[in-house]
Amino acid sequence: MKPKVGFFSFTSCEGCQLQVLNLEEQLLDIAGAVDLVTFREAMDPIDRDYDIAFVEGSISRESEKVVLEEIRSKADVVVALGACAASGCVNAIKNHFTSEENLREVYGESARYYDTIDARPIDAVVAVDYYLRTCPITREEFLRLFTSLLLARRPYDPNFAVCVECRLAENICVYDTDEGEFCMGPVTRAGCGALCPGFGSACIGCRGFIEQANFESMLQVMEDYGMPREDAVNRLKMFNAALPEAEGVK
Amino acid sequence: MATKRDLNINVHHMTRVEGHGNIVVDVKNGELKKAELEIVESPRFFESLLRGRPWDEAPYITSRICGICAVGHAQASINALEDALGVTPSEQTVKLRKLLFNAETMQSHWLHVFFLAAPDFFGAGSALELVGDKPEVVRMALRLKKLANDLGDMIAGRKVHPIAMKVNGFSSLPSPAELEDMRRRLVEAREDMVATVDLLKSVDIPDFSRETEYVALRLEDEYAWIDGGIRTSDGFDYDLKDYRRVTNERAVPHSTAKHTAHNRESYMVGALARYNVNHALLRPEAEAVASALGLEPMCTNPYMNSVAQVVETVHCLENSVDLIDEFLGEGLEHEPRDVEFRPGRGVGAAEVPRGVLFHEYEIDETGHITEANCIIPTGQNLANIEADMRALVPEIIDRDKGEITLLLEMLVRAYDPCISCSTHLLDVEFVD
Repeated sequence: MKPKVGFFSFTSCEGCQLQVLNLEEQLLDIAGAVDLVTFREAMDPIDRDYDIAFVEGSISRESEKVVLEEIRSKADVVVALGACAASGCVNAIKNHFTSEENLREVYGESARYYDTIDARPIDAVVAVDYYLRTCPITREEFLRLFTSLLLARRPYDPNFAVCVECRLAENICVYDTDEGEFCMGPVTRAGCGALCPGFGSACIGCRGFIEQANFESMLQVMEDYGMPREDAVNRLKMFNAALPEAEGVK
Repeated sequence: MATKRDLNINVHHMTRVEGHGNIVVDVKNGELKKAELEIVESPRFFESLLRGRPWDEAPYITSRICGICAVGHAQASINALEDALGVTPSEQTVKLRKLLFNAETMQSHWLHVFFLAAPDFFGAGSALELVGDKPEVVRMALRLKKLANDLGDMIAGRKVHPIAMKVNGFSSLPSPAELEDMRRRLVEAREDMVATVDLLKSVDIPDFSRETEYVALRLEDEYAWIDGGIRTSDGFDYDLKDYRRVTNERAVPHSTAKHTAHNRESYMVGALARYNVNHALLRPEAEAVASALGLEPMCTNPYMNSVAQVVETVHCLENSVDLIDEFLGEGLEHEPRDVEFRPGRGVGAAEVPRGVLFHEYEIDETGHITEANCIIPTGQNLANIEADMRALVPEIIDRDKGEITLLLEMLVRAYDPCISCSTHLLDVEFVD
C-alpha cells in the first residue's frame, strides 16, 4: 500500500512547499508513488489521515503547538521541511527582543490581544524523525530524502562543514574574491552542495551548525576581514538564533 | 428579487492560496451583515527583525517574507538600499534585473493560473486531479513553470530566495551557453502560450464588475516592473518617495491585517491594475492575446486578473528573448559592486506578481538599520477584495450555498493573495 503523505505549514514563507511544487519534472512521479492527502497550498484536502508528515515552518504561537502535537500523534514519520522547522530560521531573530517589546512595536496598544511566543524549531515541541535543513529546501535534498523514505533507507544528513562540499565543487573561496562577502561555510552543516558560494555569494548559515563548531575561530576570520565582532555574532545567528549552540556565541 | 434568506459561509483555511486565510460571509434575513477575508497567518515581525541589522542583511532577511515573490522582496529591498546609499546600478545590472523579474512574473503567474485557479474552472480540487482528464495541459503547465524557474535560477542562482542578487550588481553571471539554451527554450514556449490562450478561451470567467481605483508603477516608455513613479487610474501621479500618500495604511477592527485606501474606499494592485494603467506599453504579442481573451481597458472585473496575468506572461516571454539577444550581442561583463557607504533613508518599490511592493529603510551612520517599513500587495488588496465580496454577495444571493461559496473562493483566488507576505507585520487572530 502506498504511504499517505501530508504537507503542513506553520510560521514560514511557504517557500519550502513551493520548492516541492518546483520539482516540475518529478512532481507527477512523486504524486504517483504516494497518496498525497493534504497539501493546502496546492490542493483541497482528501483525507485527514497520513503516515508521513512534512512540516514546514517554525512554531510561534501556542495554537500552533496544539496542531503540531496532533500531527505528531497521527504520523509515523515527521520530517522538518526546511530551516524554519529545522532550526527556527529568521523567525527566531525576534526572540532577541522580548515578545512584549515586539508586539508593542508593531501593534502598539492592541498588543495584548495577540498570541505569539518565541519562534522555535518543531523539535522543541515534538520528536522529529528527519530534517531537511536549507532555506529554502533544495529540490535535490527533498528527492534524496523522499526516495530514502520509500526505500526504508537511512537518509543522508552530513555532519561536516559546507567548506568540504565547496572544495569538492572547486569553487573559489569567497574570502579570496574580495567582494565583501562574509562566508560562514566553516561552521555550517553541509548538504546543500555549497550552493551560495557556487554563485560567488557567502554561505549565510541557513542549514544550522556542525557539531562542535569552532565559533571563536569563525568570528575571528570575520573580524579579520573587516566585520565588527557584534555584527559577526549577529550574522552567525541570522538563521540560527533559536539553536541552543548559538546561546554561547557572544 | 432578493430572497429573505439566511446564509452563513465560513471557509476555514481556504486552499490553493499562499498562506492561511478564512472567508466569512453572514447574511441575515436577506441582508448582508458581514463579508470578510480573515487573515489568520502567524505574525512574523519583519520590521522589527531588521532593526539593528547591518544594511546588507536586509535583502537576505526580507526575501524570507515570501517564497513566491522572494525575488520581488529582494529587489524592493535592494532598490531601497541603493536609494539610501546613492548608488546607481549599471545598465547591465538593470537589464539582468528586468530579465530576472520576467522569470519571477512568469513563474508566479503560471503557478497561479494553472495550479491554483484552473482547478476551479475545470471543477477539480487540484491540478493533479486534472492529470487523468487533461494530461497534456498539466504537462504543459509544468513545462512552462520549469522554464520560468530555470530562467530565474540562471540569473539569481535560485529563484526561491535569490543568491546572486546584490546591491549594485550580481555575484555571478550566466554564461553565453546558458543564455543560448534559455533563448531556444523561450522561443519554443511560444507554442505553449498559443495553447494556453486557446485553453483560456474555453473557460467561463464569472461575470461581475465593480469600479475601483487601480494603482501601479509607471514609466513613460516601458511596462514598469522595477522602477518608475506611481500612477492611479483615477488620474493621480506620485513620486515613489511619497508612496505613503497612496497607501494610507489603517488598522481595521475585524481583520488583524491593516488595510489601505487612496481616492476611494479601497484600491486594487496586481496584474489587472498594471494592465489598466500601463496597457499601452505592452508588446504587440501581448496586446493581441488580451484582445483574443476579451480583456480591454478599463476592465473592472476582478476575475479577469488571471487573464491579465496570462497577457503579462506573453509580454515577459517576448521581452526575455529580446534581453537575451542583447546580452548575447554585447556580452556580459563582471562588474565591481563596491559601494561607498553613507547614512540615509531610502524608498524602493517593485511590481511583484501580486502588485506594487514598497520597502523603506533608515540607515544610521554605523551602517545599521534603525527603521524599516514594508507595504505588501496583498495587504493593499484586502480592502478591495472585501468591497468586491460586499458587492458580489447580493448579486448571487439566490444561488445555492455551494455555488456562492465557490464564487467567493474564486474571487479571492483571482487576486492570487499571498497571505504570508501580508502578515509580515499584520495580524493574527484575537485570542480573547
